[in-house]
Amino acid sequence: MPDLDQTLAIKGGRVVDATGERAADVLIADGRVLEVGSDLRGDRELDAGGCVVAPGLVDLHVHLREPGNEDAETIETGARAAAIGGFTAIVAMPNTVPPHDDPTVVASVLAAGARSSCDVHAAGCITEGRAGAALAPMGELYALGARIFTDDGACVAEAGVMRRALEYARSLPGAVVAQHAEDPSLANGGHMHEGEWSSRLGIVGRPSDAENVVVARDCILAELTGGRVHFLHLSTAGAVDLVRDAKARGLAVTAEAAPHHFTLTDAECASFDPVFKVHPPLRSADDVAAIKAGLADGTIDAIATDHAPHAVETKERPFEEAPPGMLGLETALALTLTELVTPGVLSLQAALALLSWQPAAIAGLTEHGAPIAAGAPANLCVFDPNVSWQVDPARLASKSRNTPYVSRPLTGRVRHTVLRGMPTVIDGVACR
Amino acid sequence: MSTPTLKNLLSIADLDRAELETMLSLSEDFLHVTERDIPKVPALRGKVVVSLFYEDSTRTRISFETAAKRLSCDVMSFSVGSSSVSKGEGLRDTVQTIAAMGIDAVVMRHPAAGAPNRVAGWIDASIINAGDGSHEHPTQALLDLLTLRRSRGPDLDGLRVAIVGDIVHSRVARSLVLGLDAVGAHTTLVAPPTLLPVAVDTWPVSVTDELDELLPELDVLYLLRIQRERQSAARIPSLREYTTRWGLTVERAARLKPDTLVMHPGPMNRGVEIAAEVAEGPASLITEQVTNGVAVRMAVLYTLLGSGATVA
Repeated sequence: MPDLDQTLAIKGGRVVDATGERAADVLIADGRVLEVGSDLRGDRELDAGGCVVAPGLVDLHVHLREPGNEDAETIETGARAAAIGGFTAIVAMPNTVPPHDDPTVVASVLAAGARSSCDVHAAGCITEGRAGAALAPMGELYALGARIFTDDGACVAEAGVMRRALEYARSLPGAVVAQHAEDPSLANGGHMHEGEWSSRLGIVGRPSDAENVVVARDCILAELTGGRVHFLHLSTAGAVDLVRDAKARGLAVTAEAAPHHFTLTDAECASFDPVFKVHPPLRSADDVAAIKAGLADGTIDAIATDHAPHAVETKERPFEEAPPGMLGLETALALTLTELVTPGVLSLQAALALLSWQPAAIAGLTEHGAPIAAGAPANLCVFDPNVSWQVDPARLASKSRNTPYVSRPLTGRVRHTVLRGMPTVIDGVACR
Repeated sequence: MSTPTLKNLLSIADLDRAELETMLSLSEDFLHVTERDIPKVPALRGKVVVSLFYEDSTRTRISFETAAKRLSCDVMSFSVGSSSVSKGEGLRDTVQTIAAMGIDAVVMRHPAAGAPNRVAGWIDASIINAGDGSHEHPTQALLDLLTLRRSRGPDLDGLRVAIVGDIVHSRVARSLVLGLDAVGAHTTLVAPPTLLPVAVDTWPVSVTDELDELLPELDVLYLLRIQRERQSAARIPSLREYTTRWGLTVERAARLKPDTLVMHPGPMNRGVEIAAEVAEGPASLITEQVTNGVAVRMAVLYTLLGSGATVA
């Protein structure tokens, strides 16, 4: 029998997971779910009245900026922002300074993550220095737990290098090669989506086809090598079609989309405010519709934030001189509910699949996303799906303030987050 | 005289057609002022105008500073090379520091599109865009319209204009196309396909890559600079080939109507987009454009900073 002093009961909620939904209390002990039922009492209790109790959310795509750019974010602050957003596991992208192309860097990231509010997993680089040439020590990084390999921020532009990476990754069970699909020879020098708005604003564009040609090529390389490809932050209608076709052909490809790519369009750039600058860029209304369709029909497997903190002064540069990227961890669930669930694009369960158990499966995180049942790891997200709120940048847990959603009405907010049985967020406030 | 209630001039689209006509009429008034023995009026005495140029410029900067001085403004000139910017100061800090000294307007040129739009959100002074990246150059469009009006009269409706050259990188073209559309002119963009903007079908223009067949129909031929040192060169095989296909050579100039006007915003690449003989020929309005620039900038400063009183 577990020590009753350590039990935690989450009471009065509606449990939603991969198996379905039911009104139930959840009793937790020793980091695991002890019982799911009615009128359960715990030594400590959290009110979930009116809330959904779901498996903890999993973000495949987070920039934590440590090491190298700690004035924008640290592993501690990024993990806290993740917990506030309902996440219990995040994958740290490797474009730190130095990057995750060396076991000592990855080990230090994992060590800092272990002291934080969230499970922090590290993606490894595909190539040394993310330079797109020589393979990084993928096996050594894999031995430390890396399952996703990517040069994110940079595209692996050379087809031959991508081929070798896919072939080599076959020797690492469960490893997936994740591509930032933007052909640099088409996209470099561009700062926003290439289209009517870039034409009018006189800003060089990043064409949709920069993404489409790489997605098309890498689907072909997946077929050639039998390797596992994951496409990061899909943003174009053409790429959604290509992934849909590849899946229909039975290829081992998966894809993610970021909330900003189903919420915002390139028209926002007319303000010249670099808070709307991101790579790949905000695209047209047609692309937004295609991303939503891809999320609805299963072409896209995960919603991932591409949380990209930047210090205030860097986003006060002119649009063309500011770095790309926007915050995402603290708004992803609300945007999914507001933009996808409320309008009926997705059921609540389908939305949670995209935010929790499907990304957990892609990253090989067996401790996350599991159905909420006795014996399961107690990684949980408890959220009120009906509460209305707005982002106050000054109150974000992230160290940075570059959210594009100020003054946007949002519905749905995290009340509690539980990591291995321990609350990391209670009543919307971080515990540590 | 009624003046539009306008705080900033960031885009030529900030002026509706009536405001545009008013601005051009006011510019003509100021042109008369500049022709006086003492071409200076006390209209903006005590007003402080800062010229803040993050990019090299000769004619635009001198034109604005001359315009401000002829209106009796105090002019402060901020040079990026010898300033705190070279010590790493950010744009916001720079303009807020200048604004804290008590100023009325910033005339700003910046290599990045939209930089003046951002500054307008940070400080209270009026912001005048003197060219931002490839975005806009609204006072250039105004001076071009004034130049056409001085040659053709106030009604520019139906005027057939061709703009030839590096459209994609041209802030002059982006402002001028909007200005010409506002006054009812028909604009055709002529360029190699690699120097046309994407989505140009959404602009209020016709588009062709064939200059020769257009020549006999034009009222105005407006040539843009081919930027040898910057982006243009990478998009065409060679300057020689450009000149052969799109340059206003003496031979092409001979096929224009006798009254076709030739314009260029400067600085010119003689022998590339325009032959020296044509630039200096009777059809050329290039010198008038420069003269009119001062009057237009006086009108803009007066409109943004003036009390609305009549011109002295």
